[in-house]
Parts: sequence; C-alpha cells; structure tokens
Amino acid sequence: MLSSQETNDLRAFAGAIIPASAQHGVPGADDEKIFADIVNSIGRDLDDLRGALKKLAGIADLTPAQRLEKANAFRAEGGPLVATAARVVIQCYYRDDRVMRALGQEPRSPFPKGHVVEQGDWSLLDQVKQRAPFWRKAPQ
Amino acid sequence: MHDKVDVLIIGSGASGAAVAWSLADTKMRILCLEQGDWVKPTDYPTNGRDWEARLFSDFAINPNRRARETDYPINNGTSPIQVVNFNGVGGSTIMYTAHYPRLHPSDFRVKTLDGVADDWPVDYDTLEPFFAENDRMTGVAGLAGDPAYPFHQPPMPPLPLGKTGKCFGEAMNKLGWHWWPSDSAITTTEYDGRPPCINLGHCTPGCAQGAKSSADITYWPHAIRAGVELRTRARVREITVGPDGLATGAIYYDADGKEHFQPAEMVIVACNGIGTPRLLLNSVSGKFPTGIANSSGLVGKNLMFHPFAHTYGYVDEPIDGNQGAQLSLWSQEFYETDKARGYVRGYTLQLHRGAGMIVDAIANTARGFLPWGEAHHDVYRGIFNRKLGLSAICEDLPEEHNRVTLDPMLKDSNGIPSPKIEYTLSENTKKMIAHGVARSKDILEAAGAKNIGGEAPMLNAGWHLMGTARMGTDPERSVVNEWGRSHDVKNLFVVDGSIWVTSGGVNPTSTIQALALYIADAIKQRLAAATLFD
Repeated sequence: MLSSQETNDLRAFAGAIIPASAQHGVPGADDEKIFADIVNSIGRDLDDLRGALKKLAGIADLTPAQRLEKANAFRAEGGPLVATAARVVIQCYYRDDRVMRALGQEPRSPFPKGHVVEQGDWSLLDQVKQRAPFWRKAPQ
Repeated sequence: MHDKVDVLIIGSGASGAAVAWSLADTKMRILCLEQGDWVKPTDYPTNGRDWEARLFSDFAINPNRRARETDYPINNGTSPIQVVNFNGVGGSTIMYTAHYPRLHPSDFRVKTLDGVADDWPVDYDTLEPFFAENDRMTGVAGLAGDPAYPFHQPPMPPLPLGKTGKCFGEAMNKLGWHWWPSDSAITTTEYDGRPPCINLGHCTPGCAQGAKSSADITYWPHAIRAGVELRTRARVREITVGPDGLATGAIYYDADGKEHFQPAEMVIVACNGIGTPRLLLNSVSGKFPTGIANSSGLVGKNLMFHPFAHTYGYVDEPIDGNQGAQLSLWSQEFYETDKARGYVRGYTLQLHRGAGMIVDAIANTARGFLPWGEAHHDVYRGIFNRKLGLSAICEDLPEEHNRVTLDPMLKDSNGIPSPKIEYTLSENTKKMIAHGVARSKDILEAAGAKNIGGEAPMLNAGWHLMGTARMGTDPERSVVNEWGRSHDVKNLFVVDGSIWVTSGGVNPTSTIQALALYIADAIKQRLAAATLFD
C-alpha cells in the first residue's frame, strides 16, 4: 500500500501525463474515479512503482507546469520504472467509461458481444490468384 | 505408487494432446501428466473490463512476469529474445495467436537445396496426410489455392478481410507481392461443437468464445472420451530408468508438493523446446550421467527461435483496430532462398490488425511517440484504430552454441533446476531481419502509413522453441530417430518442437502437431508388428 505522500505524488504524476481535456471532453488520469482504479490495480507493480515515486518525490507540491517538467525529466531517464509508472496510469485511464465513449468505443468487455468485422473486398485477391505456384520443389 | 500405465505422456500441449488422441485407439492405458491446470473460458481476460491490463499480470506471455504457481522461472541470460509460453492443459496453444501455416516442402531439404544446416529425415509428402488430419481435428480456417504452397483445403472459410486487410491487399497488389488469407486455427463456422469467432479481438491470452483452437478444446475432449487420463498439477522432475537402460516411468510432484512415482511401459515427452531438454537434462542416472537420451551431447543444443522483426505504422483513416483476429493474412513473397538478398533461407510476413487501446498507448509511450501533457490527446487520436503492423518470422538456423542448460542456482517451486538460455543472433539472421524490416516499411509506405516504428528482434517473442532434441538417423548427430524414438532409450519418445532439425520461417504449431500424429502412427504400426522396442 502506498503512503499518503506516495499517493499524492502518483496522482499528480497521473494528472500531469494525461490531463483533463475540455476540447476532447475527457477527464484527466487524476480524476477521482480513474485514480481510485489506478490505486486499486497496482498489485504486483507496487515495488517498481515505489521506486518510480522515489524519483518523483515532491511532484505533488509543484505547479502544473513544473509537474509536467519533472515527469518528462523522469521519462527521459528511461528504464523499467518509467515503463511501470506509465503503464499503471494508462491501463486504467483507457478503460474508463467516459474516456472510451469519447473515443467512440462501447464501454464493455469484448465478450460476449464481440465485434463486427466486414468481410471486405475479396476481389483484391484476384491478382494473386493469377500467379503461378512458386513454392520450391524439394527432392525426396 | 501408482498403477503402471502403458503410455506415459509428459506435457498436454499441442503435441502431447495430438499424440494422446492418436494413440487412444490402441486401447492402451494412457496417462498424461500436466504441470498446469485447466483454464476455464470464464477465466480468460476478454470476460472483463481489465482485459488489457491482464496481459501484464496473470495472462502475461512471459512466464517470469506471469509467475503463476504452475510456471517455472527461466534464466534468459543475455539472450536478445526471451522465452514466452504457457503452462496448463493445452500448453502454449492457450496463448498462441492461432496463426497456423505449415512448413513448406523446401524446409525439409535445407542442406540439399541451400547447403546449410541439415536435411530432415522426413519430408512434406510424408507428413501431408497428418497435416490434413490435424487441420480437421484442430479446426482450421483458410482458403485453398495459395500459390505459395502445395494445394490443400482448409475445412472452414477464411477469417474476414476487414478494413485492415483491404489496406494490406491494396498495398501488396501495388507492389506486386504475394499475400493470402492465413490458415488460422480459429473457427469461422460452427465446428465440432464449437461456436464461430465473434471477433473478440484479443486472441493471444485465450478465447472466451472457444473459437480459437487451443488443444484443450480440440484434441483433449476427444482423447479423454476415448479413455486417456489427464492428470493436472503434476510437475515431472525426472524420467527414471531401470538396470536395462529402459525408461521405467517418472517422478513428479502434485499441487501439494508431494512426490509420486508413476511407472510406465513407455514414456513420451511433449514439453516443447525448453521444457523437454530441461527434463531430459534433469533425468540423470548412473547410466545417463549427462541426462537421459543424451549420448550425442546434443540435448539442449541447437536452440532455434524465430526472431521476429515487428514493424508498424499508422494510416489516416480508422481501420479495424483491435477488432477481429489479430492475424489473418500472410505473405510468403520472401520465403524461399534468393542469394541475391545476401542471406539464405527466408521469412513469412504476418500482416496484423491493430492493438487494443491500452496496449497501443503503452507501446507508443515506450517508444517516445505519445507525449505527456495536453498534447497527449491529439496525438493519441491520430493513431487510435489506425495501426497496420507486420512481423517477419525469420528462419533461425541451428547452431550448437545456442542452447538450453540447467541453471546452477535458479529453481522452480518444487526445487527442480530451471532452464538457462544462451542465445545469439547469427549474421545470416541479422541480414534477414534487416531485409524483413525494409520490405515491411515498403509495404507500410505503399499503404500510406506514417509514423513508422518497430522492434527487431522483438524481445518478448520467444514463442517458437525448436531444435533442442533434434531428430535424425545418425545417433551421434541427433537425439531421436526419424520417428521420434530416442537413439539411446528404446521406450522413450519425443514428439514436440525440440525434434525439429531446422526451424523454417513459419509459426510451428501446425507442423508440431502433424509430426506428433506421424510419430503416433509410427508407434502404432510397430506395435502391430511387435517391433516397437527393437
């Protein structure tokens, strides 16, 4: 479980990397519901995330512009801690109902409804059908 | 101590399932030991809203990340390709993409045709009836008439082309290059009591619909109805031998860690290219001090992956995105050797639909393309559902220094030594990868894609595990003979990808299963003639 300081820093980081957008009608990753999902989904990433938050310590105390600057500096370091911190945010942000709807997606699991994929224009294959067999014969 | 069985199969994946089903008609007492569990359809990620997140936890393709009780850790060392697999009934078919090409006829005659590696002791024509039987048992969708292959008729029509397929088809036609609907182990009609695909779009970590033809729902129900016993949570430590040098059975641990001995008249190993050498090397005795069936010293050597060169780009208009099977088209344009390219052998190009919303966002964050801050949303909307991807599945030639050994320190939860991988890319492979990336970029550009990126070789792509107990007629240059029997132990067989002599450049499951059926047939013929153990 994260400490209150770590939680505050994680929320500030989440909001810095994916802020709310009025233009696109989406919340930020620091939205209350999304952030609750992030915290509840940390699971096996706790150790790496703690390592990331050590590097981001104090980000919650900064202005929005400074937060983004600190987040990008952390990103520039690269490595597994950056990947973990980004993933724990992204994997919850893009499954939020509001975010999915804003992207034209139905907020649901794939099963059981599935999806419709059009058959497409199979006449495109006619050109290939005219080609002579080109697999290489092999001696017995 | 358990009652003795006639046939003990170790591993319930692609090959273990096929050989169990085929041998069932002998009415012998057949038992299969599987270290994992059955996976219920309701367990698969596509049942829930967290379906993409589970790719990074309990349905991760890398067993070191997945870390289930039923997994064993693997030391990948400095290998540029890490082993990925699944342990459970159906083995790695639970988590394969169901792309199901056969090896080509030329793949069995590599030495004769191209002067490298070795020829196989079997050929395409010998395996053809077993390919056909396997397609029928598995349930394969595809389209007959591919000019890149000898004629064969898949039992179901192909997966839909979709918008993504249209993009690829137009680009390939513009370039004049081969493309064709893949043979896919996915139902497109009702088949053998299974429903058709409904385009869940997330085939790799299991199919909640039951349309993906994983071995737990293809061969196993038939094998079990025919009398085969499948015992799960049974992790085999070693194959035992008697004073006569024949296998006597296996020692395994159950889910509670209790040790058991299972006696058997014959043992069939079906643990694939990493699990099989691990087990053989762990089966040390006075008669076999370097591991059972290892008088050649080749157990674990000649490990072959298929280095994957993945290249992708984004078109302007939305296409299929993650909806629909990820793989449904291939190109064999660059499969056969053309020495003008600067290397020998070749590769299949898999043509991909897109990734899920989350996976695509994570991937584009990792490569630095998706910015943080306000610009994130605009850039993401420019790539969402617009991805075209290609993977070159490059043929890997056998080299003895690429190998599986036992790690001196790392062990699984039962204390069994884990495998250690030593692997490097050859110069031939590096040139092939570069060619595959360049041609993939040509295709993406012909399709009008932008923001092209890629990973070559892909790190987490050691799906295809071959060569570590190779077959052949010379006991000094191979581990098993031309019908899968150990040269050293006449009641011990290997039926999985480890017996491959060369790797070809295709996803191997179809050929692994056809080979398992061929070996089962050879066993049955020799049983009838009372020559099996001669």
